[in-house]
Amino acid sequence: MFVKEGIIASPGIAIAKAFVYEKIAVEVNKNKTDDTQAEIEKFHVALKLSHQQLESIRLKAIAELGEDEGAIFEAHAMVLDDPEFVEGVEAEINENQLSADFAVNVVTDRFYAIFDQMDDPYFSARAADIKDVGTRVQNNILGIVQADLSSLNEDVIIIADDLTPSDTAQMDKKRVMGFATNIGSRTSHTAIMARSLEIPAVLGLCDITDTVKTGDLMVVDGLTGKVCINPTNEQLASYENEKQKYQDYLKELEELKDLDAITLDGRKIELVGNIGEPNDVAGVLKNGGVGVGLYRTEFLYMNSDVMPSEEKQFAAYRSVLEAFPNGPVVIRTLDIGGDKKLPYLPMDNELNPFLGLRAIRLCLKEVGLFKTQLRAILRASIYGHAHIMFPMISSITEVRQAKAILFDCMKELDAEQVAYDKAVKVGVMIEIPSAAIAADIICKEVDFFSIGTNDLCQYTLAVDRMNQEVSYLYDPFNPAILRLIKQVTATSDKKENFFTGMCGEMAGDPAAAVLLLGLGLYEFSMSALAIPQIKKIIRSVRYEDAKVIAETALNLETGEEIMDFIQDAMKKLNINI
Amino acid sequence: MIKKEVTVLNATGLHARPASMFVQTAGKFKSKIFVIKDGNSINAKSIMGIMAGGISQGTTIEIQAEGEDEMEAVDALVQLINDKFGE
Repeated sequence: MFVKEGIIASPGIAIAKAFVYEKIAVEVNKNKTDDTQAEIEKFHVALKLSHQQLESIRLKAIAELGEDEGAIFEAHAMVLDDPEFVEGVEAEINENQLSADFAVNVVTDRFYAIFDQMDDPYFSARAADIKDVGTRVQNNILGIVQADLSSLNEDVIIIADDLTPSDTAQMDKKRVMGFATNIGSRTSHTAIMARSLEIPAVLGLCDITDTVKTGDLMVVDGLTGKVCINPTNEQLASYENEKQKYQDYLKELEELKDLDAITLDGRKIELVGNIGEPNDVAGVLKNGGVGVGLYRTEFLYMNSDVMPSEEKQFAAYRSVLEAFPNGPVVIRTLDIGGDKKLPYLPMDNELNPFLGLRAIRLCLKEVGLFKTQLRAILRASIYGHAHIMFPMISSITEVRQAKAILFDCMKELDAEQVAYDKAVKVGVMIEIPSAAIAADIICKEVDFFSIGTNDLCQYTLAVDRMNQEVSYLYDPFNPAILRLIKQVTATSDKKENFFTGMCGEMAGDPAAAVLLLGLGLYEFSMSALAIPQIKKIIRSVRYEDAKVIAETALNLETGEEIMDFIQDAMKKLNINI
Repeated sequence: MIKKEVTVLNATGLHARPASMFVQTAGKFKSKIFVIKDGNSINAKSIMGIMAGGISQGTTIEIQAEGEDEMEAVDALVQLINDKFGE
């Protein structure tokens, strides 16, 4: 028995026998040829055969996997027809007397290198396509017939160096329970294929093809990124148990996904996701989130060597907005400074960065940078229900300053005759105690609040939760925090068409759900995976009961007492977490 | 020989689907067709050439064609770009 760790590419647990899929290596014939005409002939025969093979794979892919997968092989066929490819190979044969297979190898490598060095996952995928096509033509020139995965006799886990679209299209999908490969990443073809087939995959295992033999019993654990080869009976039982738990979770997810988050007595709650980039939207949708309660735009800035352009930001915001035609998307403006720095924006070292120039304070100083982002959000706002949220607000003055810049951007767009949603919602994060205390003042200028519990706790309790000496003091159930939350929701209840949400970790904590519901929170924003469980709790409680629980909790003296009381109260209501 | 300048307007530029549409359209004509970008000449019938060309939104390119259907070829490709590939 032994265990190896790799990259998680697709979740789930598979237990089955290994099938090591090895390809016959192509030995390139580097001898010069005298008969260039014969080599050209061989090349064209191989091209024709490759075309026929691709067409039959394409039809199989469309039938089994859909149009998108079929389109990959259409792209492959275009490479076969590409004059640069065909003429390039002919030139290598004619001018350098290369054998047909060597010429194909040289030209394929040349194009592969161009695409592979482009820093864009789309082009990396095209590089893999080109290599796949080149190998096919070479095999056909040399008359090599590769083993394929189309007839498997039992359920297996495929072990390979890497899998190409040609490999997976021909594969007998009913028999394949999981993938484990030497190379690959979350965005490689094998990973995408595993996720679309909904089978677990662990990639990047370096030498798995050398360490596993066909027929070995193995486990692919796509939840922790481990593979276990020839597990002990004890391990096997534990994996069977984990597998069952994951299947139960998926079943629950399926049952809850399209249901409303509504209490037994009819109070409707909005459950939404926290995201860092447009790709995260898929997880929110899958887990039944109705929108985005926190889009952390700083990743757009941090994953770039230069300031992201208005165009680039517009495209990102638009794609997120379009994913939720009926739900809100709360876009938080740049929250940088403190521990988050940008390589292209010089910032002085501060003695107290968390009390210094960060988030809205920085944006109000760097107006050009702020306007680029606001213009991009405004332009994207016509594609959905955009909500603009300012972080780190400490007083109404900052809200007014930020809104003045927003209005400037609107005027500019009006003058340029560019469309935007004139009723775009504007809100603020409540994460500084002064903003919570003065919520009744600040709410006059905005349409919503979102409570950021992580920072609110740190600032209110004066505790750095990364500091192990004092982190025990960090407690969102501290009565002072609950009273601040209550103060914010109580204020917002008095204003029409206004809502209060929460986007800190507390919003996704099952132990806090009933309490927060009772405190009057309307929108809960959390990591996508937490949504189903919170929804289940909301659906199993009465709002009237939750209010009584919250009211009692507010009169207790310590975080521990509150925690104990809540757990007890939830037990009495038969809510298991 | 016919040549015409045109600015790429669609959001993704000559990338992914628009690149295939462009190359497939060019392939329908007998003329030799080239795209000139920053002085570099790219074969318009080559999918790899066009994609590697990095022709993004806002780039101005020149389309050149030479052959019996050169006029139709340039017109068809310019129109495809001006229609933003139906996006």
